[in-house]
Amino acid sequence: MTLLEAPPLDSRVSLDPPRARRKSRYRFLGYAALIVAAAAILLPFYWMVMSSLKANNDVYTIPVQWLPDPVVWRNYLDIWQKSDLTTWLRNTLILSVAVTFLQVLTGSFAAYGFAKVRFPGRNVLFLAYIGTLAVPWQSYMIPQFILFSKLHLSDTLWSIIALQAFGAFGVFLMKQYYETIPDELLDAARIDGMSEYGIYRRIMLPLSVPALASLSLLTLVTTWNDYMGPLIYLRSRDLWTIQIGLKTFVNTYNAEYALIMTGSVLSVLPIAVIFLLGQRYFVEGIASTGLKG
Amino acid sequence: MTSLPLARRRRGRQVLRNTAVGWSFLLPNFVGFAVLTLVPVGLLFYYAFTTWNVFGGAEWTGLANVRQMLHDASFRTALVNTLYYTVFHIPLTLVAALALALLLNRRLRGVAFFRTVAFFPYITSIVALAQVWNMLFSPGYGPINAFLRGVGVANPPGWTTSADWSMPAVIVVGTWREMGYYMLLFLAGLQTIPAQLYEAAKVDGANAWQRFRAVTLPGLRPTTFFVVVMLTIGSFRVFDLILVMTNGGPGQSTLVLSQYIYQKGFVENQFGYASAISIALFLICFVITIVQFVINRRGSDS
Repeated sequence: MTLLEAPPLDSRVSLDPPRARRKSRYRFLGYAALIVAAAAILLPFYWMVMSSLKANNDVYTIPVQWLPDPVVWRNYLDIWQKSDLTTWLRNTLILSVAVTFLQVLTGSFAAYGFAKVRFPGRNVLFLAYIGTLAVPWQSYMIPQFILFSKLHLSDTLWSIIALQAFGAFGVFLMKQYYETIPDELLDAARIDGMSEYGIYRRIMLPLSVPALASLSLLTLVTTWNDYMGPLIYLRSRDLWTIQIGLKTFVNTYNAEYALIMTGSVLSVLPIAVIFLLGQRYFVEGIASTGLKG
Repeated sequence: MTSLPLARRRRGRQVLRNTAVGWSFLLPNFVGFAVLTLVPVGLLFYYAFTTWNVFGGAEWTGLANVRQMLHDASFRTALVNTLYYTVFHIPLTLVAALALALLLNRRLRGVAFFRTVAFFPYITSIVALAQVWNMLFSPGYGPINAFLRGVGVANPPGWTTSADWSMPAVIVVGTWREMGYYMLLFLAGLQTIPAQLYEAAKVDGANAWQRFRAVTLPGLRPTTFFVVVMLTIGSFRVFDLILVMTNGGPGQSTLVLSQYIYQKGFVENQFGYASAISIALFLICFVITIVQFVINRRGSDS
């Protein structure tokens, strides 16, 4: 048992040798478990990136080739020619930005009404908001589609904006945050003669930057990744988003494994960058509501 | 004497003004929310009792859709498959998420990095993930079966190409993708358990397992409840993962309720019948959530 003879890592604990030895063994097991779990979680992403840099014939080999040899950067040029990636990315970007802007604006505005203005019927109304969070979207997508068709929204980018921008999630997240801001602060501003709109704009918005960041990032990612909305509503090719485009590309070039992985990497890359830059806000947004958009 | 009605009138005016101000804040979001979410939910309960005629209008047919549903073998298959997914996905995700959270709740180096890693699959698009996993699961040359052959499995399963193994493959991916998200919820829950409780249990001579049973699990009770409710609703609405990964196949081996709604509604244009199945899905989620709330209430009373 060489593990037991390993010196304790923490000098403070070494005052108590028997416990320290057990501790270091637990510590070692903890690290081992962490590494195994991280590898299992990351392996598919590694496979994705690695395959995107291979020649198509090298993707499936026995034994598995864990490093691309030779490295084929050409895939990252070819994909732009073989697909409408530019159009897809542009549409997705337009939608993500528009939806995020509207969701944050109307969501935070409504949340202020729910959290800081007292009026009869407020709580019942909020319950209706929360209630729909528990209703699966799949169960009302049919009547929603019929309604959107009657409003002539289907097969336009507006349909996706309408679909995503007014969700209850944003209101819920912002309300949770606003309730942590003390009422005394607002009362002081009211006594000074500030209107409710002034309080919202001059006090609440600056104070809620972390929550606004959480909501923006979560909405952005949800809209970027949405597959079902665009699948149902966007029929014209020039309106396709990255998810629909990628799926169609997969169906068309189903034997071009390396290129499929290249497309997948390019579709995930923007999200990965955003996530790494703002991961604190993702974690906080989810921890405070228990939900994701 | 005059001050009383005056005060009341003034308070009345104050309430009126607050109501106006409050609604003015809600309105931009509420109009969108009401038209685009509340109205469709309401319409659902009308469409479910109609049949779509050739002119694209709804015709009232009463309970015809419900009768059709009771005799629909595909509907039953979809229901059974959804239950299959749910029954395995919930406990697997629950255990994996809790284990990860317990692992990360200790003071080890690299915990922050690992938390990022574990959460990453959840924010990655399903389309890209499904492609990667389909390749990993590829029966002939995929790395998963290469690994299985390496450890001595002579005939590894055909995964998404086999009617028996496609559902397990989907469950694996579903669990892999979502465990990081529920891990975050458990981590937040673990942080609310006071450290003194662990100290006290230690003083009383409780070992790690006993501490887990007597302190951690009861302390996590509200979190666990919430996670189970979310997991249940999430499992019953499983959709895009299956649509992209197996498209319900091979045959109907991974056909689930949401997908059946999609197929009946958007592929076959049977909006009335699709709405009836939607109501079934809605009611299942609703009833299970209520039951879980009741059980939770009863458990916390005793």
